Amino acid sequence: MRPENYQAVSQPPSHEFELNIGPNHPGIEGNYALKIKVEGDMVVAAKADAGYLHRGFEKLMEGRLWMQNIALVPRICVPDPAPMEICYALGVEALGGLQLPERAQWLRVMQLELSRLAAHLFYFGGVAATMGMYSNMFWGVADRDLILDLFEAFTGGRVYSMYNVPGGVRRELPDDFLGRLGALLDYLESRLPDYDRLFFSNYVMLQRTRGTGSMTQQQALEWGVTGPNLRACGLAFDVRRDDPYLVYDQLEFDVPTETAGDALSRILVRRNELLQSIRILRQVAAQLPHVAGPVRCPIPNPLAWNIPPGESYTRVESSKGELAYYCVSSGGDMPWRVHVRGPSQMHAVQVLENLAVGARLEDVAQIIFSLDACPPEVDR
Amino acid sequence: MADISYKSRGSILNPLRSLSFLTRKPVTLPLEPRAASANYRGFHLNDWEKCIGCSTCQKICDNEAITMIHIPELPADPVKGVRAERPAIDYGRCCWCGLCVDVCPTASLSLSREYIHICNDDELDSYFILPDPNGMHELHFEHGWQKTADSDLVDLKRQAMPVQAADERLQTFAEFTAGYDDQQALVEASRCVQCGMCHDACPAHMHAPDYIRAIWEQDLEEAVRQIYRTNPFAHVCGRICTRRCETACSIGVRGEPVAIRWLKRYAMDALGHDRVKALVAGMQGDSISGRRVAIIGAGPAGLTAAFDLAQQGHRVTVYEALPEPGGMMRYGIPAYRLPHARIDDDIDVIRSTGVEIQCNVRIGETLDMTQLQDENDAVLLAIGLQFGRSTRIKGADHHGVRSAVELLRSIGLQRDLPVPHAIVVIGGGNTPWTLPAAWHACSAGNMAVSM
Repeated sequence: MRPENYQAVSQPPSHEFELNIGPNHPGIEGNYALKIKVEGDMVVAAKADAGYLHRGFEKLMEGRLWMQNIALVPRICVPDPAPMEICYALGVEALGGLQLPERAQWLRVMQLELSRLAAHLFYFGGVAATMGMYSNMFWGVADRDLILDLFEAFTGGRVYSMYNVPGGVRRELPDDFLGRLGALLDYLESRLPDYDRLFFSNYVMLQRTRGTGSMTQQQALEWGVTGPNLRACGLAFDVRRDDPYLVYDQLEFDVPTETAGDALSRILVRRNELLQSIRILRQVAAQLPHVAGPVRCPIPNPLAWNIPPGESYTRVESSKGELAYYCVSSGGDMPWRVHVRGPSQMHAVQVLENLAVGARLEDVAQIIFSLDACPPEVDR
Repeated sequence: MADISYKSRGSILNPLRSLSFLTRKPVTLPLEPRAASANYRGFHLNDWEKCIGCSTCQKICDNEAITMIHIPELPADPVKGVRAERPAIDYGRCCWCGLCVDVCPTASLSLSREYIHICNDDELDSYFILPDPNGMHELHFEHGWQKTADSDLVDLKRQAMPVQAADERLQTFAEFTAGYDDQQALVEASRCVQCGMCHDACPAHMHAPDYIRAIWEQDLEEAVRQIYRTNPFAHVCGRICTRRCETACSIGVRGEPVAIRWLKRYAMDALGHDRVKALVAGMQGDSISGRRVAIIGAGPAGLTAAFDLAQQGHRVTVYEALPEPGGMMRYGIPAYRLPHARIDDDIDVIRSTGVEIQCNVRIGETLDMTQLQDENDAVLLAIGLQFGRSTRIKGADHHGVRSAVELLRSIGLQRDLPVPHAIVVIGGGNTPWTLPAAWHACSAGNMAVSM
């Protein structure tokens, strides 16, 4: 790239110019890029560009023991790592025919919902920041940190819990944990009116997000949209309710929906989900003292653990949508193949490319964040 | 909490309510050192007193962050299963999953309650840490993530060996242990963490980790191949070996050691004699040295030497004074512990490699030693320890006092031994228990035994 070797390419006169949003841009989530073509400040074409954080998770997993992979999978989604490890563990359990103890199921639900809360708080901060509202981000991150405190006490790690193993969870709860959880839920609930005033009933937010990045339910289904983004298009589909796993069939919760399919709908669906997660966590906290038993079924030495040949497809509802693991075993001590169906694979590629076209330049970041895309789910 | 509808107009003044926060007490916590949760996965601590250097942590590590470092000052004892090695952690690789703690057979590893590690300039290059009980850079943080019953990934319980009931054993002199079935052997083999302590402790340095792994992989031929690398008495050692390997086994530090001896027996029994023979034939090199070796004594030492020499292409003849080969294995150990058919199997494999065994040949009587020396390139004396130990107390030389070794040989040779009314056995080890049972089995009659 010495200047004398570098010749400017002359372009034909055009009203359009190309703009890279990312991989290093405040308006992009993670190491990801969206190459857009703008005419004035209208986007006329968009191309998603992944690969900046490719670590080859799926390939790495083929060279690691079934147990070792629990340290790897949470890294596929930083804001919401719990569904990754739980979905992987469920997949291995399905392959190995392991009976998950009931208490472990309740503990996993607790971990999933706490992680969803943390992810949504992070999301509100991120999406608000794309509109220049930074207080919300500080609040969201600070409140998420309180959840991370609980994760620390409960799982031993603040962000990457690595709390699950195939067959159960690694630890029993600390003694005072449910009291701390109840206090945190009370606190978060008391904070919601503040969030509402600051963000959800903020005139600027409502005006800027209403009608931005809209998709119809039909489009959403064609593009493979799942989770809150699909529910924002009016389809009340939630894996927790419609294909229950763990103990979700014993829990009462609603599946909030909106109909407009735009950024505002996506934000409001998540706001309402926050309440549902708190509701679920209260039920879990009430139930846990009555569920006795081990937290893990007997498993063999992880260094010599063959999983019977076969394949399993397990799915869970992550904060971003339907997360699934397709695990194939050839009967060995390592997976033969693991495929991660991350919801953001769809949201960050075909959905984003389509929604960005026709949007204004300043709305592109907001669309990306409102979809809550997590780039490592694309770069697996 | 009120619902916010999609159509809601909101207000531009709403966020101003947040100004009320100006009057609230700030919640910012001062940045000062505090210990993390009791469960926190901080930096590694290692209790050097407990750690045996087995390197299981290194094997489970997802990121190859652990290297075993040799520390010459530390005590090492292969017989007890202790190596002068300790794990060192590369914190550029560690992901703090804590699997090393959960898998540690001795429970010596734990993680501290240290959140953030700040060090001096001169320690900057030292993030490759050899954890000790004092914490990284001697900061003495408390234990965080430690092994618990919930999180222990090591299987501490061994598979029970099926044995005959006591009343059945009264009726028969058949082998009283039944041996593992396929499933038991698989589970037992899966308990092994491949630390290799057994290999170091074994006087023959048998490749136990390799044959255990092969059993776990259900590759019995490979298991037997690994056994025969160092020991042609696989049936015998699979039954009556003193198993130093199991004393050294790292799983045995907190639990029951892997049943290495029973696994060896399983591999041999399950593969079957004909396949073992074919396999050993395949292991033999095709070179012929043209040299001759005579071995005096067809006991374990003589026959093992014969096998090894034959493998190297020498022509070996073994001379045995007693009517059958096997030495102490046949004439010192009763059949309910080691059936003669199994000794015969092992010896048949040795014979199949070209070893010639001549029984009822007593050197010096039947055959002359000088003749042996003339006819062979080498002569090996492997006559064993045929005399019993005495208590050296007064009266121990009385004609009624007999040593266990000699008595067991008489029983083994089926010599007509009158059963006395009462005997006194001195000692409480394996042999004294064996003796009355063996005596009783070979001769009819009642005998009172005082131990």
